[in-house]
Amino acid sequence: MADAALPLEVRGLSKSFGERLALDGVDLSLAPGEILGLLGPNGAGKTTLVRSVAGRVTPDRGSVRVLGFNAADGRARSVRGWVPQEIALYSLLSPRENLWTFGRYQGLSGEPLEAGIRSSLDWIGLADRANDKTDKLSGGMKRRLNIAAGTIHGPKVLLLDEPTVGVDPQSRERIYAMIGELKARGVSLVYTTHYMEEAERLCDRVAIIDHGKIIASGTKEELVRRTVGAGQAVLVETIGPIPASLAAKLSGRGAAVDGSRVRLSVEDPADEIRTLLELFHAGHVPVRDLVLKAPTLEQVFLQLTGRELRE
Amino acid sequence: MSLILAVAKNRLMNLRRDRAAFVLAFVLPVAFFTIFASIFAGSGRAQTRRIALAVVDEDGSDTSRRFVAGLRAEAGLSVGLKPGDENGTGPFYTASSAEQAVRRGDVPVALVIPKGFGERPMAFGPGAEPATLQILADTADPIAPQVLNGILQKVAMTSLPAAMARSGMAELDRWSGGLTPGQKARMESAIGEIDRAPATSAPTAREPGRSGLVAVETKDVLGQTKQNPTVTFYAAGLGVMFLLFSAAGAGGALIEEAESGTLDRILATRVSMTPLLLGKLVYLAGVGVAQLTLMFVWGAALFGLELWTHLPGFVVMTLATALACSAFGLMLASVCHSRMQLVALSNLAILLMSALGGSLYPRFLMSEKLQKVGLATLNAWALDGFQKIFWRDQPVWTVWPQVAVLVGLGIVFFLIARRVAERWEAA
Repeated sequence: MADAALPLEVRGLSKSFGERLALDGVDLSLAPGEILGLLGPNGAGKTTLVRSVAGRVTPDRGSVRVLGFNAADGRARSVRGWVPQEIALYSLLSPRENLWTFGRYQGLSGEPLEAGIRSSLDWIGLADRANDKTDKLSGGMKRRLNIAAGTIHGPKVLLLDEPTVGVDPQSRERIYAMIGELKARGVSLVYTTHYMEEAERLCDRVAIIDHGKIIASGTKEELVRRTVGAGQAVLVETIGPIPASLAAKLSGRGAAVDGSRVRLSVEDPADEIRTLLELFHAGHVPVRDLVLKAPTLEQVFLQLTGRELRE
Repeated sequence: MSLILAVAKNRLMNLRRDRAAFVLAFVLPVAFFTIFASIFAGSGRAQTRRIALAVVDEDGSDTSRRFVAGLRAEAGLSVGLKPGDENGTGPFYTASSAEQAVRRGDVPVALVIPKGFGERPMAFGPGAEPATLQILADTADPIAPQVLNGILQKVAMTSLPAAMARSGMAELDRWSGGLTPGQKARMESAIGEIDRAPATSAPTAREPGRSGLVAVETKDVLGQTKQNPTVTFYAAGLGVMFLLFSAAGAGGALIEEAESGTLDRILATRVSMTPLLLGKLVYLAGVGVAQLTLMFVWGAALFGLELWTHLPGFVVMTLATALACSAFGLMLASVCHSRMQLVALSNLAILLMSALGGSLYPRFLMSEKLQKVGLATLNAWALDGFQKIFWRDQPVWTVWPQVAVLVGLGIVFFLIARRVAERWEAA
């Protein structure tokens, strides 16, 4: 492994399945210790990209290098971990036996393996359920075990494919804490999710993929600035319909008026909201509700793909 | 009522889409009916089983030759005086080589026509002491010596009428106070006419009271010391069949791993497809060895199966059989796309192989054609090997053809499984 090699470097990656072009010249990189969120609508190419990095898809063109090694190389397998979206565990085996299996498959044995099993069980909070059958565990416990099975060998690069699907909020918080611990250990992560708030909360950087291409990448702030601008949204709802004279004044300030609703983008909320409320007061139009919203990744995603993330 | 019909229609729609269930429901029963009807009922006269018989003519008289010619004319027998087929080459059978042929399983039964048979071929009247024909039998096939005994009595009547007449004349001469020379000459002339008539195969119906003309003793050359001759057959036969079932079932873990995503995950670790399949083969073969060992130990404990005196042969045959069955199970699992498909295919393939290969019904009792077809199954080779060791007391090295075929099949099945499993490797 070259010292200067990035944890992950994808260059010009293309892959077709029959007539369908799944990836179309994808370029992507991951910095050491970084969490990169990979967002995209269903069918956008996320899974193919993750499976390419996991060495499970052979590219038609381009390259995927994990810490400088080709993704299909045996050395890449040792430094890479993959937590698939499915609970890919042996349901009849216990957590300890599952960890033993995947630890052995990653080349651990003897004391390092035993130590890995012990620390993994402690890490995921299943030390007291270590010998129960896995299919008797709760959904959240299985999800945590699924993560531990992909990390028992101490990978430097980890692929997490929707690790919180179907878990309750409490378990989700626990998984977030685990991901924070992995980051603290210096693990670089690629994190795919359908939950926008997860991406905003956990990821240092976000890449949005659609139709097999990375259409945008950067920090949340960069993406917002580039797509929806730095302005915040003010939403006002009045008790009655807005008279035409007031509507004309609001439109003159760049607001969108729709019946009793007004939407306006503001750069200086404190000043502009005061002016807005004075206009309503002067027009004798009582206000029912007023909301100030900061721009979100959801808006960015919608703007870029024309689709909701869950579509 | 309409809801009940809606439920029924829903199941029918599912059945139309579920090809595996469709095969289990309709194809499998018809296939098995056809196979078992062929085995047990025969599918025509040409399929009727002929008993291979080695004949040792120690007498070499005209009478014994006529008797052998009579045996040759029997449709139910395939008579050989030399090893090989009816027109075999090499030295004639002796009592010793014929017994060896029975021991080896080359023929199920042999007949020794002793010296003096031409002089005293049959019992006719009180106090007569005819020469005794000896049947050397392998009682693994209990039917062959009984059928042969009946045919011998029939052939004595149909191919040795002159001898029968001479015996009758001698008795008449003895009990009537003596025939005149003229009477004797005329009777001898008539008997000579009978002698010159060719030996024929007479109608098969037995005539009551005429049986037991020739004296016959049956010697069981293999089973005399066996406590329970059928135990070996069933231990091996059922053992191999269930080995195949369990190998196919356990091989199905591969399908479950593929469906659950576990296989994908494994193949992203340091384990690639070839070590994965080899690991599964080792496991399946280990389970197979344990299964067969349990079967034979149980047979030894409860039914007196002679396991401990045949241990080396048992070990060799068990290893080869377990390897072949395991690779077969792995191959089936590799070609199937779902558990249900595997269940349907393995039921069909294993029951078919077991029926034709002799796990359910001994092959030596099937028609010659079906016996040959059975050699296409690994059951037949495994059972032949176990029979050689346990029933025929053959030395271990004699099972090399069976071991070679089983190991060869095991390798071929594994290579097919490996080739088919490429579909699970990186896309």
